[in-house]
Amino acid sequence: MMEFLRARTWQEALAAKAERRDALPIAGGTDVMVELNFDRRRPAALLDLSPVPELRGWHQADGWLAVGAGVTYAELTGERGQAERRELGRRLRGLAIAARTVGSPQIRNRGTIGGNLGSASPAGDCHPSLLAARAEVEVASVRGSRRIGIDDFFTGVKRSALAPDELIAAVWIRPPSGPEQFAKIGTRNAMVIAVAAFALALDPERGLVGTGIGSAAPTPVRALAAESFLAGAIGDAGLWESRRPLPEPVMSEFAALVSAAARPIDDVRGTAGYRRHALGVLARRTLGWAWRDYCEEAR
Amino acid sequence: MRVTAKVNGVTRLADDVWPGESLLFVLRERMGLPGSKNACEQGECGSCTVYLDGVPVCACLVAAGQADGGEIMTVEGLAAADGELHPLQQAFIEAGAVQCGFCTPGLLVAAHDLLARQPDPADADIREALAGNLCRCTGYEQILAAVRTAADLMRPETGR
Repeated sequence: MMEFLRARTWQEALAAKAERRDALPIAGGTDVMVELNFDRRRPAALLDLSPVPELRGWHQADGWLAVGAGVTYAELTGERGQAERRELGRRLRGLAIAARTVGSPQIRNRGTIGGNLGSASPAGDCHPSLLAARAEVEVASVRGSRRIGIDDFFTGVKRSALAPDELIAAVWIRPPSGPEQFAKIGTRNAMVIAVAAFALALDPERGLVGTGIGSAAPTPVRALAAESFLAGAIGDAGLWESRRPLPEPVMSEFAALVSAAARPIDDVRGTAGYRRHALGVLARRTLGWAWRDYCEEAR
Repeated sequence: MRVTAKVNGVTRLADDVWPGESLLFVLRERMGLPGSKNACEQGECGSCTVYLDGVPVCACLVAAGQADGGEIMTVEGLAAADGELHPLQQAFIEAGAVQCGFCTPGLLVAAHDLLARQPDPADADIREALAGNLCRCTGYEQILAAVRTAADLMRPETGR
């Protein structure tokens, strides 16, 4: 017999998870309920986090934004929520663009950033932007809390570094100082799981480039060689300051390095070869958009 | 377990709810409200769209216990108590926006939410708001026309 545990506060949630490590957390339910409806999963208990007020908001601290795990996609895009929440999408552009590609309005109204991370699907739409922004995931238990770098959070297909008694509290992001972009390829234009996704963040103040690849490896991954190549090429040529067009060979090499960073498989949604090719296209496209935004910013 | 919720303005309770059960199942099978339809059970089709605490959601993806203490409005709650149809429902009839009717309840709730937020939506707004509601009879043109008509009917200067 499955149990239904409902946490009214964060303390209650942590206590319940400590006592019932086998409880499956449920927030918006857009992943968990599909598994229950199709008899794919029968957890011993569900731990409902949707009433927990501490998970709902966001705040700033030391140049970082802490986004509560219960913030919905619709709040990230600004489709729903108070003016204060709409502000979030303006500050986290890459995440807002990615959240906009999730499911339908009904799904975006319910699904949460914490739930996306908890499911840890390689195709999770938030993940590439979080990788590109070098986010950190704050997790907590009755033992205390810790922040896990996003690179270390995903450990395998639908697996994360979360301990059995831990819950996701918030995502910490230091908004990149430059443009962010995200693009995803699906089998149609909306209501799709990504066949391949790519996020890019430019951070001229720190001279950094961030990337995130989705749906093309066992976990979401960064394209590290592509990041350092592009940051070096821009920095060496003084392009952060001059904001001149990116040379064609730089665009091509960046695309090739992103493509090479993927470890895709053939599956029902696409072949490995298609995914690798698509990522190169997405990398080049998002870089073009982001660099155009960066040049226009100066005018 | 027991689930209590205010449904279409009336406090309702359901007993012996299985903890993994969806809000949709409770509405249809335990509360006698079969207006919301059960089709994909994975949030693809929108035919189970209801308001939960003022926000349109797929009832198939809400665990029943998550709706405990909540306020729900289903398609059954759109018409007036005396049975007079909501202008949106009237517009669906007039525009011929109903073929087999299976997607209609979800579309009505989604469109109702759109018009509450945007009384004068552009076509792109309508398409976007209804993107999560599939009609397999391919009657989208009439559905768009119905929403435009409803927006006209509901505007204070021209409304009924």
